[in-house]
Amino acid sequence: MRYGHGPEVLRDLSFDLPRGSFQFLTGPSGAGKTSLLRLIYLAAKPSSGRISYFGRDAAELTRKEMPLLRRRIGVVFQEFRLLNHLSVFDNVALPLRIAGRRRQDYAEDVAELLAWVGLGEKMDVVPATLSGGEQQRVAIARAVVGQPEILIADEPTGNVDPEMGMRLLRLFAELNKLGTTIIIATHDLSLVRMLDAPVMSLSNGHLHIRAPRSQRQAQANAAPEEAAAETAAMETPDE
Amino acid sequence: MSNRVPPPPAGGAGALLPPDSGRDRPLFVVAAILVFLACIAALGARGAWLQAQNWTSDLESSITIQIRPVELRDAQLDAEEAARIALTVPGILSATAHDRAHAEALLAPWLGSGNLPDDLPLPLMVEVQLDPQLPPPGDALQAALDAAGLSASVDDNSRWAGAVRRAARTAQTLGLAMMFLLAGAAAAVVAFAARASLAARINVIDALHICGAEDRFVAGLFERRFFMLGLKAGIAGAACAGLVAVLASLGQGPADMAFFLPHWAMDPFELALLLLAPVLAGATAAISARLAVASDLRGRW
Repeated sequence: MRYGHGPEVLRDLSFDLPRGSFQFLTGPSGAGKTSLLRLIYLAAKPSSGRISYFGRDAAELTRKEMPLLRRRIGVVFQEFRLLNHLSVFDNVALPLRIAGRRRQDYAEDVAELLAWVGLGEKMDVVPATLSGGEQQRVAIARAVVGQPEILIADEPTGNVDPEMGMRLLRLFAELNKLGTTIIIATHDLSLVRMLDAPVMSLSNGHLHIRAPRSQRQAQANAAPEEAAAETAAMETPDE
Repeated sequence: MSNRVPPPPAGGAGALLPPDSGRDRPLFVVAAILVFLACIAALGARGAWLQAQNWTSDLESSITIQIRPVELRDAQLDAEEAARIALTVPGILSATAHDRAHAEALLAPWLGSGNLPDDLPLPLMVEVQLDPQLPPPGDALQAALDAAGLSASVDDNSRWAGAVRRAARTAQTLGLAMMFLLAGAAAAVVAFAARASLAARINVIDALHICGAEDRFVAGLFERRFFMLGLKAGIAGAACAGLVAVLASLGQGPADMAFFLPHWAMDPFELALLLLAPVLAGATAAISARLAVASDLRGRW
């Protein structure tokens, strides 16, 4: 993938996201994490290559089909992208409203979700009055409220304290147990270590996929030298 | 868990777009001026058409018999004879023979009063009022006058009525052309403004798209926003046009109404025009905004 006539930001990528899987995406700044996420949540088209969603080739999707596909994907942006003229409640309810659901049908669900992320008392304020961490929680609530089949989160714990970070990770894990495919892009290796999940590591536009810790340990027991080398690579801190 | 769900935002679905915060105000003014000019053009065309109707009606409801002076004959007696003959022809309601003083009065604007020698022969006029329910009797009247041996000619004003009708049609066409041109200008201005509005709110549009909004959903938001703007601008423009038309018509009767000035007679056409103008302005703005935004979105994603 490249932007305009610029250099390739991503190349030779080939991976599969199994339904119901949990993946971390790591890599230094500029490695192409955001570009890869943009490809996954249909905000950009690959300059070459093929992306398939739920068995459908993205290139074959019509303009009318794309919004329906996007509704199956929840996204948490690093910069939140909240609508500052709407209340916290209406920001979170946005995907449901766009999907055509009636306010009285989703009001309780949205209120419950906001209470769960600790914003039950701030439903009717506008995001601009919230702290960065609170805005991040609103963005997460908006991404998960429609119970998407895929949840993509770009640095979802970057602006929250460790305790809230743990809580949000538990939320993602719960959603994953319910069948949602999760991709979390993060610099935070402590977050990565909390879950036994595969790690997609981007470097210079190339992707390297590391197996979950449990799988690596199983391999270590079988071939100790190779596993040690991989673990050492895993422990190398990202930027 | 708190059950204190906030009330829905005012403005319905349109509230998903941020408030205009004054950005749309210049557009409101431009749209109001365009609607004002379009209404003035339409009312002017209507005024021209009504005036032409009055004139052609006057011309077609009467004809004139001209009695040419003939040596050794009394023109006044011939004029009275022509009036009597005219009354026998079907389709004529009245006939009035005018005397030499009337003919001199007609010439006074060009020749002045009292400058004509008494022995200068002048044609006399017989004014004939026609029954509008019957066909014009010009040819039958001419034949009757010829049969009576009078040196008279009938002028049925058709030449003038045709010219007036052509002038009215031209005025109407011009008025309607101006109205359509102004509507086109309004549509173009709104399309431009809608694209600018979309560009200014691209972050919001981006968020809506990522949440699964269809192009038509986003275009619908702009459509509603610009419909309301066009409607309000239309109300302002039409109200001003109505006021100007009333002021222009004050002191003018239908007969002395100036050609192509906006006319106000409180008739259904004028009321309908001023009531419809805001709705049409709103619809034009809405359609224009929807098409512009939909086209822009197709180019972006």
